[in-house]
Amino acid sequence: MKVTVYGPGCARCQKTAEVVQQTLEARGIPVELEKVTDYAAMAIAGVMATPGVALDGKLVSTGKLPTVAEVESWLA
Amino acid sequence: MQEPANLPSSPPSTRLRRWLLSLAVLTPLWLLAYAYLDEFATALLGLIGLSRATHLGEAVHFFFYDTPKVLLLLTGIVFLMGIIQTFFAPERTRALLSGKRLGLGNVLAASLGIVTPFCSCSAVPLFIGFLSAGVPLGVTFSFLISAPMVNEVALVLLFGMFGWQVAALYLGMGLLIAIVAGMLIGRLRMERHLEDWVQKIAKGEGATHAPDEDVSWVQRFEAGRGHVREIVGKVWPYVIAGIALGAGIHGYVPEDFMAAIMGRDAWWSVPAAVLLGVPMYTNAAGIIPIVEALIGKGAALGTVLAFMMSVIALSAPEMIILRKALKPRLIATFAGVVACGIVLVGFVFNAVL
Repeated sequence: MKVTVYGPGCARCQKTAEVVQQTLEARGIPVELEKVTDYAAMAIAGVMATPGVALDGKLVSTGKLPTVAEVESWLA
Repeated sequence: MQEPANLPSSPPSTRLRRWLLSLAVLTPLWLLAYAYLDEFATALLGLIGLSRATHLGEAVHFFFYDTPKVLLLLTGIVFLMGIIQTFFAPERTRALLSGKRLGLGNVLAASLGIVTPFCSCSAVPLFIGFLSAGVPLGVTFSFLISAPMVNEVALVLLFGMFGWQVAALYLGMGLLIAIVAGMLIGRLRMERHLEDWVQKIAKGEGATHAPDEDVSWVQRFEAGRGHVREIVGKVWPYVIAGIALGAGIHGYVPEDFMAAIMGRDAWWSVPAAVLLGVPMYTNAAGIIPIVEALIGKGAALGTVLAFMMSVIALSAPEMIILRKALKPRLIATFAGVVACGIVLVGFVFNAVL
């Protein structure tokens, strides 16, 4: 699954990438991680608050560090 | 051992009940603690064998009284704000502001700046997100000025240390500057001073992400707790440092120490304070020890609040971030208008109070 994390590279963005990657991999889903730090790309994707997360190109979360339970709810 | 893939954490209804129960216990405890602050400080002072009649005793009593008071207030208000913020996701705020005209739109934007979660690291995406949804430039700026400057930590600290009048003054001044500065920037029609890539996106249809609307109360409470961990966890050392400094001043330093250079008679002290504040960058909690020291030593209130606003609202790092989206002239206008507003407000308060 392609995971895109939008954010300028702050601590919260790093942590977000880790949480999403670990949760997906714990479920046996291979992860292809992409980090987007460019503001124009963020704006085009509709991310107004960082960190933002998209799964396979679909934006699922913005402006918060997601919990494991939240990441799992995106898969449902 | 293999973990079950879908380990059900306790069902939502149980978690909600647990939250309500905890709040039902903690709220009266909080009120009780807040009601007995003075007794607590006096008892603690007695335990270490000091009397309030001495300089040291007075200073220590001030510390024992103010520390729990401000930390209690901060925890309570930050928890509430964490919950309130779940009602105002940036997407929601943007929808409320979309297509609003100058004037009313600026008032609304500045007010929403208080309750919408904001971090200067996402200032640029937020800025563009607003513009692309048809929020006018001037209205966007009102939001961008108010969001960092008028925040709950600043208000709680001012309330806890100087009383509700000072906190209300700061709130009113902050909103006024955000509203008027945004209206001015809107009138100047500076859309062409946005970077070209921003103009392109702002004209087209910006992508929109609908946030999950059905936020449960468990999630709201959890957001409140998360907010407390994040904010109070970060600012408590500054708060304690500020109170310790204040306690020292309270007990020892003569009251009119700063009066000569930052008193109301020194007219140049307001612009000087604002200029001094621009290169300084810290959050509301970090600036409070300095504010405490200045006011304690006889500096005029308008001058000190102007200094505080300048430090929080006009920061070099944020301008560097905004430079990615704004051309230099728009940045200079933004900084100039806000700085003038702060200076003006500082003068008015020094004259009136």
